[in-house]
Amino acid sequence: MTTGIDSAGGTTPITEVPQSSAARQIFRMLWRDKLAFAAAIFLVLMVLCAVLGPLMLEDQATRQNLRGRNAPPFDFSRDWLFWLGGDTLGRPLLARIIVAAQNTLMVAAGAVVCSLIIGTTLGLVAGYSGPRTSQVIMRFADVIMSFPSLLLAVIVLYMLSPSVGNLVIVLAITRIPVYLRTSRAEVLEVRERMFVQAAQVMGASGRRIVFRHILPIVMPTLVTIATLDFAFVMLAESSLSFLGIGIQPPEITWGLMVSQGRPYLTTAWWQSFFPGLAIIMTTLSLNLLSNWMRTALDPVQRWRLEIARKKK
Amino acid sequence: MKSFLQKRAVASAISLAGLIVLVFFLSRLTGDPTTLYLPVDASLESREQFRELHGLNDPLIVQFGSYLSDLARLDFGDSIRRSEPALDAVLRAFVWTLQLAVITMSLVTVMAIIVGSLAAFHVGGVFDRIATFFSLIGASAPDFWIAIVAIVLFSVNLGWVPTSGTGTVWHWVLPVAVLFIRPFGLILQVVRGSMITVLSSAYVKTARAKGVRNRAIIFVHGLRNAMLPVITVIGDQAAALLNGAVVVETVFGFPGVGKLMIDSILQRDFTVVLAAIFVTAVAIFIMNIIIDIIYAVLDPRIRY
Amino acid sequence: MTGDHLLEVRNLSVDFHTAGGTVHAVRNVNWHLGRGETLAILGESGSGKSVSASAIMNLIDCPPGEIVSGEILFEGRDVLKMSQEERRDLNGRRIAMIFQDPLSHLNPVYTVGFQIAEVMTTHGTRKAEARARVLDLLERVGIPEFETKIDAYPHQFSGGQRQRLMIAMALALKPDILIADEPTTALDVTVQAQVLELLEELQQETGMGMLLITHDLGVVAETADRVVVMNSGEIVEAGTARDVYHAPSHPYTKKLIGAVPGAGEMAEPLDTGIKPVLEVNRLSKHYGNFVALDKVSLTVLPGETVAVVGESGSGKSTLAKTLLRLEEATAGEALWEGRDLVTMGQPELFDLRRDIQMVFQDPTQSLNPRMSVHDIVAEAFVIHPQILPKSQWRDRVRELLAHVGLEAAHMSRYPHQFSGGQRQRIAIARALALEPRLIICDEAVSALDVSIQAQVMGLLADLQKEFGLSYLFIAHDLPVVRDFAHRVIVMKNGKIVEQGPVAQIFDAPREDYTRNLIAAGLHPDPDIQAGRRAARLELQGA
Repeated sequence: MTTGIDSAGGTTPITEVPQSSAARQIFRMLWRDKLAFAAAIFLVLMVLCAVLGPLMLEDQATRQNLRGRNAPPFDFSRDWLFWLGGDTLGRPLLARIIVAAQNTLMVAAGAVVCSLIIGTTLGLVAGYSGPRTSQVIMRFADVIMSFPSLLLAVIVLYMLSPSVGNLVIVLAITRIPVYLRTSRAEVLEVRERMFVQAAQVMGASGRRIVFRHILPIVMPTLVTIATLDFAFVMLAESSLSFLGIGIQPPEITWGLMVSQGRPYLTTAWWQSFFPGLAIIMTTLSLNLLSNWMRTALDPVQRWRLEIARKKK
Repeated sequence: MKSFLQKRAVASAISLAGLIVLVFFLSRLTGDPTTLYLPVDASLESREQFRELHGLNDPLIVQFGSYLSDLARLDFGDSIRRSEPALDAVLRAFVWTLQLAVITMSLVTVMAIIVGSLAAFHVGGVFDRIATFFSLIGASAPDFWIAIVAIVLFSVNLGWVPTSGTGTVWHWVLPVAVLFIRPFGLILQVVRGSMITVLSSAYVKTARAKGVRNRAIIFVHGLRNAMLPVITVIGDQAAALLNGAVVVETVFGFPGVGKLMIDSILQRDFTVVLAAIFVTAVAIFIMNIIIDIIYAVLDPRIRY
Repeated sequence: MTGDHLLEVRNLSVDFHTAGGTVHAVRNVNWHLGRGETLAILGESGSGKSVSASAIMNLIDCPPGEIVSGEILFEGRDVLKMSQEERRDLNGRRIAMIFQDPLSHLNPVYTVGFQIAEVMTTHGTRKAEARARVLDLLERVGIPEFETKIDAYPHQFSGGQRQRLMIAMALALKPDILIADEPTTALDVTVQAQVLELLEELQQETGMGMLLITHDLGVVAETADRVVVMNSGEIVEAGTARDVYHAPSHPYTKKLIGAVPGAGEMAEPLDTGIKPVLEVNRLSKHYGNFVALDKVSLTVLPGETVAVVGESGSGKSTLAKTLLRLEEATAGEALWEGRDLVTMGQPELFDLRRDIQMVFQDPTQSLNPRMSVHDIVAEAFVIHPQILPKSQWRDRVRELLAHVGLEAAHMSRYPHQFSGGQRQRIAIARALALEPRLIICDEAVSALDVSIQAQVMGLLADLQKEFGLSYLFIAHDLPVVRDFAHRVIVMKNGKIVEQGPVAQIFDAPREDYTRNLIAAGLHPDPDIQAGRRAARLELQGA
């Protein structure tokens, strides 16, 4: 904003408006940004697929069906599961995509949550403790950052088995530095703020200051990054599966489906195309949502979501 | 400045040393190359011979010791598979990757800065909304998928460009285009966000009060300040490219360091893996120094 | 009437569309300004005093802003009806503006020479010519070593110099009108006096009209011919500076003038026979080679208010931080009831936290925005559980809020829902929760509007009477200190230059530094201020 209500005071006018419930306020702000709203709905749908899909469609997704071999998409005379076509073994693509949502989202969610928790904890420690501890942690982050994630994947997947859990470990390790660096940088800034000093003057312990005063301030930024990172991790998992060092058949993920369809690109393009589309739609939704969150959480930009769009 | 360089060099050397140790031992855990390189029915003797030749029979710690002493003379050992010095193979591949990274990042940087700045000037305007939406799609795109779809569309169906390999200018079009998409989307978002912040700053208000033209406000007052966070992201993205764009290099059969790395990992060609990690780490270190210098050039308040 | 004035604002109304609904920033504002004249717009924060200036300079973003009605006539033409290009051409050439906080208003990555020259090159002057003129300007506004400083960056100047640079920038093309928005608010009093003097000289040289936006009656008294007083977006009073001060008609103006500090009785010193609670001996703090605090010695008696005054960089805030152990002292001791708190170990220090508390300058920043008022005040009990059992926390918080004049219903709200003055009350309640005996107030009222300032000072005085509190009151604002302190300590460059009972410091200062400090202060009465200015000029001449 070029000019505030009053540049001298720099304070916002006191809003003595009765506070509507937080959930309703969020909903209203989401409604203002139609793209973000659509993205949120799509993501809810995907989560439903991930939770319920394998329960309901496991059979259909794995049953081979000679008549459905390489069935082209958009043939609406067939069963609805074949609307996106069938694969080389005649399994319905739509059903497989829905079932694969579980692995795909679970790996990404697991990796994001793990790296968020570990990275943030290390970042808080590095930011609030003395220079020596901080240096050790930062060098550790450097090592992880420069460690090729492919090599890590191969190591873990050869030593252990290429399961969902192990893939989560690999991806989580590679993403730790993101949260570590962000939270450390934020802590270094927030710890200089006056309310932290006020807590110190009252005798608050280091742990109390970090968890009660600093973490809640840093959290929104981290959640925004995590949303974005969810998309990134999904892409990374897909790449690994695509290269053949991720999830192994008969388990499926979207990335693996793209890879499996690759030999038939010229004859049955839909086998790679639709799983890829599922990936791009999901990551796009996450990006849109993260973008919206950044605006919603920034007190300077927030008004854009709060006032009605002016009629031109 | 000199002491700053020293400090940075020491920190990087420590990280690099940690990395080498980690990779050396961990990579040995992925299996014995003997089984991969010799036929299944190879005699025990020939297996022994192979192991002896590549020094795989010594205890790990001895292997590591001799590796380090060679390394001190910048000798990375020979590739098991290619029977040539590992460093040669890596450097040859790295030159390809470096070219690819430089071309792609130059295009990305210029485009993202121009489009992102203009989008930030009228937040919520038509141009901004279009640019934001497409940059988000770009940032969300799985590159392997884009790559194979692009091959089907442009190489197989339309026949405009070759599918893989190197040689002509046309061979570069698809890899660069596919690599362009993600960093472009990401960096455009950062440019836009940073620019929005800067354009609402007090000194831009001063510039407007001075009667400075909009173009100069964006590209003189805004851009130089907005670049600081952008540079960091450009650095991260460039580092990722220097590490080798594995997927794109694989799909397009591009002989870069990423493809070399994944092939060597799968073939247990440890010397090449270590040499590749070493070379890219040094390259990234040099790039980070350049980025720090750019920081200091852009912002006179930063002095090392 | 039209064309009589250089600049005239008629019936201007501006709205801002915010989350809480539409805010009428200004409503039906009318004022005018002629050549060689100085008009002051006086108002507190949120009064809308800067809005009309922003509208003139085309600095209001629409949305969220909207100019609902009115016209702004410059030389008889309505600028609101001009094209963007025409308005841009006026800015900097015919009408120029300077702002509060020059550091953030100067672009950090360009040399000041470039930024000043830019005004001229933007409006068509050739580069070489512009640079020559920049050198003249820098010399004129009094930048030392201007030949080399022209290529320096904003962060390499002091606060006062930066405002001089802003002035040089604004005056580069000899505009007809200069708008100054709180030009001296962040500056020390002595620097403020110099900057205002410079503005006045330049006005006499160029004959420009000057619009001065301020919250400070002293600044009005020093500079303005006429004044308009604004409150909640409306003009409540207008007239000559003298008339408005001596015969205010609107109750708001009366209240504002009545709240100006520095007019009350000065406090008698306390009986020195009592044993001090705090005794500081030769306390020093060094940062590398820089000496922030140089062998400072002082005492604070029970129930006494000791004010520490000085300009920025005098070490007064370092003193507070060192006493609170937010910074470690380099040498010296500070005895709290005979125990040295500088060398005290952690467990002892933890107990001491209950005795010495702090109230910070900016209540917006000193309260955690994500904690409710109850949690903020009750945090004291969480940290020191021996004070109260948990079952009584709510009642005690309610009681503490009542002490500082807030209601129990406020407990569940968050800091951003309160005004600046209310927030400072919350901060005081938080300090009181620990039942301290000494409260260190670091510029505790300087971020508040004058009328609020008076209320908070009154509250602090009442609490002192009720609980026998001692205050170490750190401030740069002398009138506030005059009304509030028992004793005053004057600091400069980390050293104490003078200390004594308040009446002695104000009525018979011994040191030149103190005398200058007091003389530089601005009195809200234009007549008295005219006398003071004469005295100050004499002092400078001597």
